[in-house]
Parts: sequence; structure tokens; C-alpha cells
Amino acid sequence: MSTRKIFKRNQGATSSPKSRLLGLATLFGLVTLFVFAFFLTDPDVRLHPTTGEEIGQFDAVRLLYLHVPMAIIGPYVAPLVGAVASVGYLIKRTQWWDVTAHAAIEVGAIFCGLVLLTGSIWGRPVWNTWWEWGDVRLMTTLILFLMLLGYLALRRVAPDGQKQARRSAIVAIVAAINLPIINRSVEWWESRTLHQKSTLSELKIEDLTFFTLMMGIVVFLMLFTWLVLHRFRLGWLEKESLEQDVLTSIEERRSEATVNEEGTL
Amino acid sequence: MTHLGYLIAGWGISLVVIFAYVISLFRRARSVAPRVPLDRQRWMTSSE
Amino acid sequence: MTQFFNDLFLVAMKDLRIEIRSRVIVNQVAPFAVLVLVLFGFALDADQRTLRLFAPGLFWVAILLCLLLAVQRSVSLEVINDSLLGLKMAGLSPSSIFLGKAMAVFVQMIFLELFLTGGVIIFYGTSIDDLALWIVSGLVAALALSATGTLYGALASGLEVRETLLPILLLPVLAPVLIGATKAYSGALGESVTNGWQWTGLLSLFALAALALGAMAYGVLVEE
Repeated sequence: MSTRKIFKRNQGATSSPKSRLLGLATLFGLVTLFVFAFFLTDPDVRLHPTTGEEIGQFDAVRLLYLHVPMAIIGPYVAPLVGAVASVGYLIKRTQWWDVTAHAAIEVGAIFCGLVLLTGSIWGRPVWNTWWEWGDVRLMTTLILFLMLLGYLALRRVAPDGQKQARRSAIVAIVAAINLPIINRSVEWWESRTLHQKSTLSELKIEDLTFFTLMMGIVVFLMLFTWLVLHRFRLGWLEKESLEQDVLTSIEERRSEATVNEEGTL
Repeated sequence: MTHLGYLIAGWGISLVVIFAYVISLFRRARSVAPRVPLDRQRWMTSSE
Repeated sequence: MTQFFNDLFLVAMKDLRIEIRSRVIVNQVAPFAVLVLVLFGFALDADQRTLRLFAPGLFWVAILLCLLLAVQRSVSLEVINDSLLGLKMAGLSPSSIFLGKAMAVFVQMIFLELFLTGGVIIFYGTSIDDLALWIVSGLVAALALSATGTLYGALASGLEVRETLLPILLLPVLAPVLIGATKAYSGALGESVTNGWQWTGLLSLFALAALALGAMAYGVLVEE
């Protein structure tokens, strides 16, 4: 089926006029970000203070306009939203909080995976390595990513309903509490870290570079919101359809029972 | 442009993954939506 | 309050009594732990110097694998006769059930740690340099492992895929414990100069958080 058909037939499933507006704005933002990242900003080239050689990240810096926004949302915003929604669920015990937590964490897991991937691709030319064991944020993000995968695995197999929601909420809350401990322990584990030292602070932050980074963060927050919105609605539909199935089968049993009664009479 | 391969890989994979995720969301929603009565799809009743 | 500790002790003794009668940890998990040590030896080097250097890390990886087995066992005790329901019906508070089960796992982990320490001394030729650090960090790490393990065992219990789900849920959460315990043991076994007591502090923090969270969360879990 062609993409266009999918988009068209989806109307009425998880879209609403407002979400469509947000989706269009996000799409426009992504295109603008792309133009800024690739055509309007300059590559990161500096002159070495003594030798006068050209140093810097050159065009690899263009990966950061993608990596940094996702690195703020994937390992920070999304787990936070997920944990807050999980606490909300344990207090209110309504489907809304449960589905919200699931949506935020699923989208967060995708962003975390992409953060690790783009970071690795960026690290190869700039740090000269695909993977840096000594880097705190890298290791923390990896462990978090694995915890989020565990959460999603539990979601997939746990029996539906209250039981699943309760267990998932606890896993999400423990993951969020554990996050600073992991961060601290990895920091002590290898006290050297590449991240702050050699990237953003050293980067020649020009006005346009900074603007593009900020724009990237805003655009990706919009994208995150839009994705979570649709994931939420899908999760809601799935729960409702399960409920409908139960109602239907109760109805069926009931009509069978009436038939039987009439038969015996 | 230097590092073109890295740039294409990084941006390309990210955008493709997100796009594929969006498509999968839409497909799943489309298959499950007919089984749910419209008055239980709140975003439909409230806005249209 | 005394009732609480009575209940806690009751649950712990129940699990330990079952273990003493069935000897699953002694007859299956302990030999498995030795096997893991030997496999590390095959995989790394026949050279004892290499093994000695990595002994703290290998020791705790072996302990993590044993923890998975011990937790699976602890969970299956409740599943077989649905005895968790029985405990709840008997009016035991969920927190005391949690702490009791964690205590039983804790005792088993201490046994396995002692056993495995003997293993690394014999096979890898390590020696204990700092006895106090060795004892305290071993105890605190066992506490952190058993509390977290018991909570996650309950999270995965009753699911068809419990055996495969538990590792992916539990092991990432235990990453700080593995790092901390390995660093503390590096100091205790004299393999490197690390600030072992600082790491023991981090382990204590983790253990306390795990015990508190587990005691609270167990109530939510056993509502089922």
C-alpha cells in the first residue's frame, strides 16, 4: 500500500485537526532544520593557535543538530515523562496515566537508540572511535536504553489490565530513580570523560550555530509530542478494543443463556 | 563537504527509523480503530 | 512492630527451610558458580596473573548469574503452591513478605559469595588484603543484590516468559552494583588501589534504596 493511502485512510484513527496541525508544523520544522544544518551554518573549522593548522569537527558538526536534540529528549525528557505518568497511575489508577507512560517510554526508547547510533557515527570522525567506554553520558544512555527495552518487553508479555499497568509503573519509577545512581557510578568508575571537554564547550559557538541547535531542540520536542500523542491514541484504542471484545463476549454468553432457558422451558 | 558518508548515515538512518515508526503507528491504529465505537475515541468526538 | 519482624523472620525461615530440604542452591547453583569460574579461566588465559587481575570483576559477574538462578528459585517457591496467596490470607503485610524473601536470598548470596571466594583463591590465586573492606562490601553488595532481585523476581513472576524476562529487567538495574562491588573488591583483594570504602558507601545507598522501594512496591504488586 502506498504511503499516501496510509496517511489518507488513517484520518479518523489517531488524527485530530490539532494533531494534524502539529504534525504539519513539525514537518515544516524538520525541513527548516535540515536546511539550516546543511546549507546555512558553517562547518566547524578553527586554526590551531601555534601551528596554524586547520582543526575542528569540520562538517561532522552537522550531525550534532540532530544528535543533541534527541540526546536531550531520549534520555532525559522521555523517561521523566514516563516516570511522572507512572507515579500518576499509581495514585489515580486510570488508564490515561498508564497509556501515557507507555507512549512516552516507547518513543523515548526509539530516541535513545538513535542517540547512541548518531553519537557513534559522530564519534568515529571526531573522537576517532565508535565507542568510548570512559564516557559517562554514553554509558548512562546505553544502560538506560537497555532498561527501557526491558520495560517494553514487560509491556509486551504481561497480562493486560491492572496487573500489567502496576508492574510497568514500578519498573519505570525504579529506572528513573536508578538513573542518577548509574550516572554517578559510571562517573566514578572512569573519571575521564570526553563529552564536556571536547565537544560543545570547545565548539566555536557562533550565533547561527547556537540558533540552529536551539531550533533543533524545539523541533524535536514538537516531534516527540506529536509521536507520543499518536502513540497514546493507539494505546488507548487498543485498550478500548480489548474492553469491547470482553463486552461482546459477555453479550454473546448472555444471549446463549437466554436461548438455553427458552429451550428448556 | 567533509564526512559526507557519516552525515548521510546519521541523518538518513534517524529519519528513516522515525518515518518507519510513524507508518507502523498509523497501520496499527487503522487496523484496531474499526473495533472501537466512535464515542470512545475522545479526540474524534471533541473536535470534529 | 514486633509482629512485623516476626512475620519477616517467618517468611525468611520458610524459604530457607525449603532450601535446606531441597538443596537447590547447594547442589545446583554452587557447582554452577564454580563452573563459571572455570569457564572464565578457559576463555581468558591459563596465566594466573591475568585471572588474578580480573578476579574481582569475574567474581561479581559469576555472582550476578547465581543471583538470577536464586531469584528464579525464590519466585518459583511461591508459584508452585500459590503460597503467596496463603501468606496474604494469613494476614502478613506485603512489606514483611518482601523483606523476608529478600533476607532468605541474602543468606543464600552470602553462602555463594563465601563459596566463590574460596574458588577465586584456589583457581585464580587471589588473596584477601583488606579483611574489613572485604567483609563489609561483600555484605552490603549481597543486600543490594538480594533486595533488587526479590523485587524484580516479583515483577516477572506469573508470566510465561519469566525466565527470559528477568535478566533483561534486572541486570541493567544492577549495573551500579556490579561496578561498585568490583571496585570495592579490587581494593579488598589488593588488585588495584581504589577507594573501596567510597564504593561501599555507594553500594549501601543502593541497598537502602532497593530495600525501601521494594518494601513499598511489593504492596502494590501483591494486590493482584
